[in-house]
Amino acid sequence: MLNANSLKKLVRAVLHTREQELTCQECFDQLDQFVELQLDGKQPAEAMPLVQEHLETCGNCRDTFEALVLVLEKNPSP
Amino acid sequence: MKDRTNQEWLDELRGPDAAPAIADLRMILFRGLRAALSGRIRSDLESVLEDFTQDALLKVLDNLHTFRGESRLTTWAQKIAIHVAYSELRRRRWKDISLQSIIENPDGADFTPALLTDPNALPEKQASQNDLLAFVNRMIEEELTERQRTAIQAVIIGGMPIGEVAQRMETNSNALYKLIHDARKRLKARMIENGISPEDVLDAFS
Repeated sequence: MLNANSLKKLVRAVLHTREQELTCQECFDQLDQFVELQLDGKQPAEAMPLVQEHLETCGNCRDTFEALVLVLEKNPSP
Repeated sequence: MKDRTNQEWLDELRGPDAAPAIADLRMILFRGLRAALSGRIRSDLESVLEDFTQDALLKVLDNLHTFRGESRLTTWAQKIAIHVAYSELRRRRWKDISLQSIIENPDGADFTPALLTDPNALPEKQASQNDLLAFVNRMIEEELTERQRTAIQAVIIGGMPIGEVAQRMETNSNALYKLIHDARKRLKARMIENGISPEDVLDAFS
């Protein structure tokens, strides 16, 4: 049985539910493309909205995204 | 370090004299992982970095055939390296935690009926909270399968990474994501049917 804390977590997740969502694997498959668009200043949220939406709600995928941005900013590809 | 196009990387890594390209790629992955992990691992960073770099390099080389050329090969490889490292760190973090324990103890605190609602709320607000709690608990029982309830409790409420839960439920993370997504959609539809918006529920508990 849920308590108030658990209920809030669940309802937040329900609030952000969309009819179409990428799985973590599907988001991961496109993340390199998404990050390069971001670093090139090309509005990845508009070009790849499903990836953007997944990153807004999935903490683990967002961690991977942020790490990749950090890595590429510190070590730009030759 | 030599500049390479994607095609040059692929040709050299697959070619008869792959050693220089592999060495360069290893260096790129090592530096990238150091940047990604230096805030997360304090002790023994160098040895952990070596292990993760080696694992990542092998995974990249094994999966070259899946590279679609939609980004720089080095970006794609760095992504794989981060995934290898973070997955292993999550596995270590969660390895001693069973599914049952996360379900029984999702908030890391003892379940106490007195904490079901906000003890500082006015009686009227508490009554409204109690009604909403009762509705949501009933909705979960009626709308979801037992497997969906387990998945939701572990991933959404307990915060266990989806890959870790999938392994314990003997499935893969794609299938589990879809199971949870279906569950969320059912709950959302049921709330809408009953004229209760998720925002209203969150407001009632704010």
